[in-house]
Amino acid sequence: MGKWISVTRKWTDSLSQSWMIFCLSVLLLLPLVIGLGLIVRSMPVLKAYSLSALLFSSAWSPMEGAFGFWPFIIGSLYVTLLSVVISAPVSLLAAIYLTQYASGKWMRGVYLVIDVLAGIPSVVYGVWGVIVLVPLCGDFLAPLFHIHSSGYCLLAGALVLAVMCIPYMLNMLIEVLRAIPVELKEASLALGATYWDTIKKVLLRRGASGIIASLGLGVSKALGETIAVLMVVGNVAQIPRHVFDSAYPLPALIANNFGEMMSVPLYDGALMLAALILFVIIICFNGLANLLIVKAHRE
Amino acid sequence: MMNRETQKKIEEQCFRWLMRLAVLVILAVIVLVLTVVVLKGGRAMSWQMITRVPQGGFYLGGEGGILNAIIGSLYVAGGAVLLAILIGLPLVLGMHVSWTRNTRLVTFLRFLLDTLWGIPSIVYGAFGFALMTFFQWRASLLAAIVTVALLIVPIISRGLDEVLRGVPEGLLEAAHALGATKTEIAYRVFFRQALPGFITAVLLAFGRAIGDTASVLFTAGYTDNLPHALSDPAATLPLAIFFQLSSPIASVQERAYAATLILTGLIVLISLITRISSRRLKENIL
Repeated sequence: MGKWISVTRKWTDSLSQSWMIFCLSVLLLLPLVIGLGLIVRSMPVLKAYSLSALLFSSAWSPMEGAFGFWPFIIGSLYVTLLSVVISAPVSLLAAIYLTQYASGKWMRGVYLVIDVLAGIPSVVYGVWGVIVLVPLCGDFLAPLFHIHSSGYCLLAGALVLAVMCIPYMLNMLIEVLRAIPVELKEASLALGATYWDTIKKVLLRRGASGIIASLGLGVSKALGETIAVLMVVGNVAQIPRHVFDSAYPLPALIANNFGEMMSVPLYDGALMLAALILFVIIICFNGLANLLIVKAHRE
Repeated sequence: MMNRETQKKIEEQCFRWLMRLAVLVILAVIVLVLTVVVLKGGRAMSWQMITRVPQGGFYLGGEGGILNAIIGSLYVAGGAVLLAILIGLPLVLGMHVSWTRNTRLVTFLRFLLDTLWGIPSIVYGAFGFALMTFFQWRASLLAAIVTVALLIVPIISRGLDEVLRGVPEGLLEAAHALGATKTEIAYRVFFRQALPGFITAVLLAFGRAIGDTASVLFTAGYTDNLPHALSDPAATLPLAIFFQLSSPIASVQERAYAATLILTGLIVLISLITRISSRRLKENIL
């Protein structure tokens, strides 16, 4: 009887250990398989045109076989940069205030808000953008500059993205600032530095790599965000001339055209290539940001 | 000298006000988002929306509701969470019980999970579509579940991992000394320690799974019927919102607002449950 129990225990153990190894290999292979799958699927279009012709041409008309990604790359770049310019200072200022000045009660309240904001799905932000931001841009802001705009524009996309990125960045920034030892701050204050000097010269300098990493992760989130941006950004394949012009970022391109791609030759390859470009950029970006975080933790 | 002091003070005061402003802006945004969703959605809300599937002419403003999308969303998110637990739970327990001596592997896994977490859902969606055509599946519940599961494996795994990092080191040695096998240590000792964190991570992942659009856009298909098998196509709430909002008919757009209210309500409910459950469950933990 005792022997039988020990045999079943051993069997269960080896079975579960092999399942663990299986899960491990799934995870290790996942990025490779995603990359490889996207490469294989985008091969047809890569064979037909050179990569530089695809990346830097502005001509986009799939029906005539012209696949130039330049307007989409620029659109992604603009909308991401604009959103980070809005969200980064707001998050950083709020993070400093909440960790250094605010009372514990405030902190808890704001944590709840961050939680709710971060949990709201992007499609909800998209609906909100269509109801609030599009009219704001089209009927109110654009006329101030004497520009005619439908409201579905770069600025609306960037604002939606900024709202979505703020809780994400704020969360990470608060973690970074909280991880800095209090003794450092106390030492600086004991030397006669003012509170604000301490924040500027001790806190921000010490947390620099963590702060840069958090903002970097915010950028890559903005770069890959699809639905909310797609709903408000206008989706015209052009290089936007000003912030009230429509743009067409890469994720929106993929999402918008999946339905019809199977009927046009090379179209699906081109969209898979778009996904591949996004995948490569974001993997590199995230890898760098996460390395910075690991480095910051070691210090 | 005095001059520099006052300059500094003014600078600090300015930044203090800017910081307060930043916090206020964030609070105002959430109030604005929730108010708009509730007001616009409340007006279009009716019992029919949540109790019936679309009837004939629904997309022209006809009778019916979006029960198909609600049920579809629950199926997709539930299935994806189960699948992600099947992969993520053994993985993380392995990181803390079986491969603890291989610190390089554990650090690399953590790094890999963080990097995978950042991959946008549209890329998972495109990959899911590639996978689907490779296996010759149709757009179906199964394809959607697999795609969304890939998306949330990093969320569940990293959440669980963070909790297990807090488990005292002596626990592993003590359990080994008692003669427990690695599996028993993993599932009977470590898993029990991590249970509150595990539930938080699962709820978080469920919320993400139920709200994601881009990953199911090409993999779920869309249907007015309730799915009865894994190979049936399924509707989801985010897709219902997305498609109805792009309709030119005003009354159909209104219903997108109602669907938005339903989805937001679900998400807020999940985040409330997460908070309460994580507080309750922390009681019997070392």
